Amino acid sequence: MIIDNFEHHQYAHCESGVTVNLLRYYGVELSEPMIFGIGAGMFFGHLPFVKVNGVPGTTFRIWPGYIFKRVSNQLGVKIKVENFKTPEKAMQALDEVLASKRPAGMMASVYYLNYLPPAFRFHFNAHNLIAFGKEGDEYLISDPVMESVAKVSSEDLAKARFAKGFPEPNGRMYYPVQAPKTVDLTKPIWSGINQTCFFMLTPPVPFFGVKGIKFLGKKIKQYPAKLDPRRSALYVGNIIRMQEEIGTGGAGFRFLYAAFLQEAGKKFGNDELLRLSQEMTTIGDQWRNFAYSAARTCKARSGELHSYDELGDMLIDISGKEKDFFEKLKKVAKSWN
Amino acid sequence: MKKEELPQDKKIIKGEDNTLRKVLYVTDDSGNYESAQSDGWEAENYALTQAWEDIDEHIAETRDKVKNGEVSPIAYFMLKNLMDIPILASYVGKWKWVVKRHLKPSVFKKLDKETLEQYASVFNITVDELTKFPTA
Repeated sequence: MIIDNFEHHQYAHCESGVTVNLLRYYGVELSEPMIFGIGAGMFFGHLPFVKVNGVPGTTFRIWPGYIFKRVSNQLGVKIKVENFKTPEKAMQALDEVLASKRPAGMMASVYYLNYLPPAFRFHFNAHNLIAFGKEGDEYLISDPVMESVAKVSSEDLAKARFAKGFPEPNGRMYYPVQAPKTVDLTKPIWSGINQTCFFMLTPPVPFFGVKGIKFLGKKIKQYPAKLDPRRSALYVGNIIRMQEEIGTGGAGFRFLYAAFLQEAGKKFGNDELLRLSQEMTTIGDQWRNFAYSAARTCKARSGELHSYDELGDMLIDISGKEKDFFEKLKKVAKSWN
Repeated sequence: MKKEELPQDKKIIKGEDNTLRKVLYVTDDSGNYESAQSDGWEAENYALTQAWEDIDEHIAETRDKVKNGEVSPIAYFMLKNLMDIPILASYVGKWKWVVKRHLKPSVFKKLDKETLEQYASVFNITVDELTKFPTA
C-alpha cells in the first residue's frame, strides 16, 4: 500500500520539512523558510543542569511539535495529534491512518533508524518523519533529512516511536485532517515574527533567548578553570554539533530564518525586512566563525584560558547583535499592526 | 554564507564514510537565498569525531573496570548502547538510584533472573552474555 500522490522532498530541518511535505499533500504549497518563520521555530537555550551523556544541553530551536502545531493553527489547517500507551495501539493506529490515505507525521528516535549513517545514531528522540505507505513488513518513510525515500521495518519503527529518555515520543503521530483552499500569509507571517521576538527577548531567566547566548558565553570562559581539557572540548563540541550537525540549515537555524525574512520582505515589498534578513545572515556568519574557532580550540586540547576566553567573547558579542536585531525586528512588526 | 563558501567535507568517522548529504541555506551573488546540498563541514565533522572517540575510550575503560571487578557488566553494556543512567533507567522502568546500585559488582551478583532478563532485553543480548561478560 502506498499513497501515490505524496511527494518526498529533502529539507534542512526535520520538523519544518515534515510540515512542508504534509501540507503540500493537502494543497498548501509553502517553502521551508516560510514554514519555519510562521512556526516561530528559531530560538536559543542553554541548560547547564540538563545533561545528556554528561554534557549540558544547548538548543537553537523551539521545543518539538511547536512548529507543526503553530503553522497549522495559523493557516487554519485542522490537525490531529495523538499519543499512545502501547506500541501495538500506536502501530495499529498508523496502519488505519495510512489506509485512509493520509500520510502520518511521527516523532521518533534516530537510534533505531537504520537508513541513517551509524555515526548519527544516538539516543536523540526529537526527530520527525512521515510514513506514507507500507510494503509487507516495511514502512515507506519520508525523512526530510534524506535525499530519497527510506524504508523501516515495523519492529524498528515501533522502537523508534517508543524510545525512552528525553523527550519521550510516546508514539506521537500527527497529521492534517482538513486544509483550506486558499491561505492568506500576512497575519501568520507577522504573528510568527512577533512570537520569535518574544521568545528571544523576554524570557525572565538567563538560560533562554539572547540572554542565554550571553550566559553560555560566560560559561565557556569558565570551562578551563572548572573542567579538564577533555571535558571542556566535549562541552564546546556539543554546541558545534547542535548548531551544525544535522537539520539546522547552517548556523543553528540563523540562515533559515534570514531566508524567511527575505521571502517575507519580497512578498510584502518591505525593505526593512530585506535589510534585517541581511543582518541575520551576517549574524549567522558569526555563528559559523564561532563553530570554526571552537573546533580549532577543541582540536588543540590545550585548555588554554586564552582560546576559551575568546570563544566566550564571540558568543557575548553575538548575543548583543541578536538583541539589537530582535529589538529592530519587533519595531518593524509593530508598525505593521 | 555565500554559495561558493559552502563546504563539502565528507564525514569520515573512524575511517568510515558517514556522509549524509544535507540541505543548507546560502546566498547567491545578488544576496538571494536558495537551498543547496552539502556533504558536511570540517568543524562539525571534528565535533562528531571527538564525541565518538570519547565514547569509545569510555567503553574500553569500562571493559577493563568490569574485568577488574570495579563495576558490573551493566555499566559496560549501557555505554555500548550509547546510554547513560537516566536513559537506561527509563528503559528498564527503574529509579536512577536503583540502576546506579546495579552497577556495583556485589549488587549485580545478587540480581534475580527477572531483573537480569530486563537488562539483557534492553541491551538486545542474552542473560548469559550479560552475566559472563567479559568472557576473554
